[in-house]
Amino acid sequence: MIPAAFEYVAPGSVDEALRALSEHGDEAKIIAGGQSLLPVLRMRLNAPEWVIDLGRIDSLRGIRDGGDHLAVGAMTTHHEVGNDAGIHEHALLVTKAIAELADAQVRHRGTFGGALAHADPAGDLGAPARALGATFVIQGPSGTREVGADDFFVDLFETAISEDEILTEIRIPKHTGWGAAYQKFVRIAHQWPIVAVAATVRMDGDTIAEARVGLTNMGATPLRATAVEEALAGQPATEDAVAAAAANAPEGTDPPSDLNGDADYRRHLATVLTRRAVLAAAGRNGIPAI
Amino acid sequence: MTATQDAPVAEIGRDRRRKEDQRLITGRTRWTDNITLPGMLHLAMVRSPFPHARISGIDTTAAKASTNVVAVLTGADLGEGQGACINAWPVVEDQVTPAHVPMPSDRVTFAGEIVAVVVARTAAEARDAAELVEVDYEELPAALDLKDAAENKVLAHPDLGTNVSAVWRFDSAEAGTGGDVEEAIAKARDGGIVIEREYRQQRLIPAFMEPRSVVVDPTGEQITVWSATQIPHILRFAIAASTGVSESKIRVIAPDVGGGFGGKLQQTPEEMIAFAVARRLGKPVKYTETRSESLLSAHHGRDQWQRLTLAADKDGNVTGLKVDLLADLGSYVAIVGGGVPVLGAFMFNAIYKFPAYQFQTTNVLTNKTWTDAYRGAGRPEATYAVERLMDELAAEVGVDPLEIRERNWIKHEEFPFTTVAGLEYDSGNYEAATARAKEMFGYDALRAEQAERRERGDRVQLGLGVSTFTEMCGLAPSRVLGSLNYGAGGWEHAEVRMLPTGKVEVVTGASAHGQGHETAFSQIVADRLGVPFEDVEILHGDTQISHKGLDTYGSRSLVVGGEALVKAVDKVIEKAKPVAAHLLEASVDDLEFGGGRFTVKGTDQGMAVTEIATAVFAAHNLPDGVEASLDSEATYDPVNFNYPHGTHLCAVEVDTETGQVKMRKYAACDDIGQIINPLIVAGQVHGGLVQGIAQALWEEAVYDENGTLVSGSFVDYLLPTAADTISFDLDHTTSPCTTNSLGAKGVGEAGTIASTPAVVNAVVDAIRHLGVNDIQMPCTPERVWRAINGGAK
Repeated sequence: MIPAAFEYVAPGSVDEALRALSEHGDEAKIIAGGQSLLPVLRMRLNAPEWVIDLGRIDSLRGIRDGGDHLAVGAMTTHHEVGNDAGIHEHALLVTKAIAELADAQVRHRGTFGGALAHADPAGDLGAPARALGATFVIQGPSGTREVGADDFFVDLFETAISEDEILTEIRIPKHTGWGAAYQKFVRIAHQWPIVAVAATVRMDGDTIAEARVGLTNMGATPLRATAVEEALAGQPATEDAVAAAAANAPEGTDPPSDLNGDADYRRHLATVLTRRAVLAAAGRNGIPAI
Repeated sequence: MTATQDAPVAEIGRDRRRKEDQRLITGRTRWTDNITLPGMLHLAMVRSPFPHARISGIDTTAAKASTNVVAVLTGADLGEGQGACINAWPVVEDQVTPAHVPMPSDRVTFAGEIVAVVVARTAAEARDAAELVEVDYEELPAALDLKDAAENKVLAHPDLGTNVSAVWRFDSAEAGTGGDVEEAIAKARDGGIVIEREYRQQRLIPAFMEPRSVVVDPTGEQITVWSATQIPHILRFAIAASTGVSESKIRVIAPDVGGGFGGKLQQTPEEMIAFAVARRLGKPVKYTETRSESLLSAHHGRDQWQRLTLAADKDGNVTGLKVDLLADLGSYVAIVGGGVPVLGAFMFNAIYKFPAYQFQTTNVLTNKTWTDAYRGAGRPEATYAVERLMDELAAEVGVDPLEIRERNWIKHEEFPFTTVAGLEYDSGNYEAATARAKEMFGYDALRAEQAERRERGDRVQLGLGVSTFTEMCGLAPSRVLGSLNYGAGGWEHAEVRMLPTGKVEVVTGASAHGQGHETAFSQIVADRLGVPFEDVEILHGDTQISHKGLDTYGSRSLVVGGEALVKAVDKVIEKAKPVAAHLLEASVDDLEFGGGRFTVKGTDQGMAVTEIATAVFAAHNLPDGVEASLDSEATYDPVNFNYPHGTHLCAVEVDTETGQVKMRKYAACDDIGQIINPLIVAGQVHGGLVQGIAQALWEEAVYDENGTLVSGSFVDYLLPTAADTISFDLDHTTSPCTTNSLGAKGVGEAGTIASTPAVVNAVVDAIRHLGVNDIQMPCTPERVWRAINGGAK
């Protein structure tokens, strides 16, 4: 497990990083924690000539209250985000998803922006980001631009970030008072999710006023289950009503088939997990989930 | 000389933390990969991506020109000098055994086979250059599916004309150990019960923690080989036999070795290639595999289809069992690969009194990685089949699975008992172990809860699984192995050296790779010789220090190696006795030995054996004709296998909506005779249980239709961790083994053998009322879900 030789640079600022990126172009890879990139390099699935480490850019770390949103620096670790009181209060779905993300070692090394930019459809953060309507702040040689979550994920391991750009911040709109649940289905603990469902709901008494649902590993990108969301709005948070809405979960999905399950099984799982996630987010003591 | 010692605490039976763990856990020790020699070169292997192909050309030009590359060698370059990987157990006289050249020059027969080796000054440079070796392959049709291969649809080795390596049979009517199985089946078809099933033993990967590594130093008079192996002694013999290098010119050292589970019971191509390259270049070389290479090319385990016919009367008394196996050997017959299903042949009758039994295995060559011993080796497969069948029989008769077992098992007053497979079980008490397991488990309460959940139609159903296993271990009586055409004996050797300072060095021919020999053997010596535990040093795993040995596998080290040690210690005491008599001016007949001291009966006159060791070293005052050494050695060959047994009970919850299986409770009562160190036993049982549970639920080596190992990393080969298991409830009953003085039975494989059927029985039990009577392993959520919904996968 020895990677091919590469040059390593660790810039101290975003501007320096952008210069390094423009200099080395498609021969460079950004490392932002390394929890996905290092295995790729060690297994020689990729052999970039340059590795640009964002780990020494302090301005990319930390969580700031932006009024109607929380702004998470791209290099903030999962551990920091998962234990942040503001995130817990205003974006509970993120807290719930990070609690299920990999293991403690990965959560301490891996970063929020790194995982999202890697855009693994089986990653745990894409579905919450889509469900919460996060905005991605991307910086390049010609300045800064913002991309919405619906446009950020382009394809398998592909995002709206261009080769000469860096993801610097993720803005998560506040969902204060919304319930949330992340239902992750795995066979063993350290596995990527076979399917996972991220749900967050705003209750009005016993009625689901609004719901946001994201799907993990149900297609080439993290998906948003808009048909489910629409069907849930204004419904009572009963098992039957939620189940009826959850039946729409497979709509528009294109799940993979692999050793852990065929596509049709994944569609079935998405339906079951959506029902369970929504009921849990609504504070209903649903059926015991295992 | 005064005798004011405190009464010694018995070491045998005492929880002792393992003395080797500090260095093993911190890694500050001699793992093979930690060894660095002056001028050492590094190897990287070029492996075939195809399961079956002709090598039409290899271009090494670019690789040879790469930075710091010393040599790039192909099979043609190494030629006959590379020796061969040997098969030590041809199970039948006419076994078809493909020649196994470590690095072939003409044809590859599995994906992962080595076609070239790069030698460079650093491991990174070797790896870089390996990417530059260009190999032209002409793909050949590959034999991949076991059933198709058995019918010779595609030949794994076209030159051999068949894929069938061997057909090995046992029939109790022919052997005179029981009745005719066809008669029993015919009779059962008329008013009795016949259960016919086909079970799959999926292919598994041993997945030891330390990847394999080998260092070869050809400088000096001997060639020294360090290898992460379970079998330094056998490896030395195999290298010598296959290369023609004199055995006395080869020293093999297994330094600290990080696990094996049978996976390091092999003479590997990598070791042979490193040996050949080191000799050719005259320089020390090192090869350490990557985890991916390990999963791909270290031998795999299991991989059988089992066709089973169980005959019983209408009350569930078994009248006969017929077993027809297909066993996938992979593309070569590994060192004992063909013998693994044969070991299983003796275990299909398990703890039961089957009147008639017939077994046949067809060993089949395919274009996949070779298979060989993996924790339990044949016995888990057999135990799985019979314990699954007993549950099916219980369901057919309509009684509790424990009741059906009790109707058929050997009662404790019937020991010793000669089984229908011809083994003599010396001791056991299935009633006692079962009673204790039931009590720990809360069996009746869980059965009641299961009934309630079924009644309510809960989404999460409860299932209870039973496994009452036994196994044969402690390989083994040499003459029995000889009768099976096994290539070696089953004895073990030990030596005890009394040092002048009173310390004791023990040399064992067993070769620890994580078992805790240093601790357990020290406890035996401390008790038997009456010296402090801390004063005993155990030396092993080096053919120059331990010149005789048959190494570690098959739960044999304690029951064979430990017994050899007892005999060597007894010789030390016998040799010390005349010296003690001489120094104490007493008659030999007036001496007694206990607590490490010889005392003159009826007096307080005495002398410690360690003091005698000092006196013998000085040799100033020895009786005439007595040699100036207490050192002693012994070789022990057991008269029988030993037969640990136990009752394992497992409860699982099955989510009928998703098929997810969750462990709820696991209770096991094992009977392994006298326990030397309960803490080590608990560790063996815990690890074994998880490995067996993993076969039931998680692990499977999967090849695709191109012969590529899909589960080639831990992303897809689902090795569990502590996070995936529950806390186990364990206890023991004690039926001492009657054929060794320690009364001990092996425990290294018990957990793995017992747990797999316990778990699958529980899964099937949870959903049997939904019309399910089998789930293929591993019981993935998808398979369980499809079974519930009427379509198997």
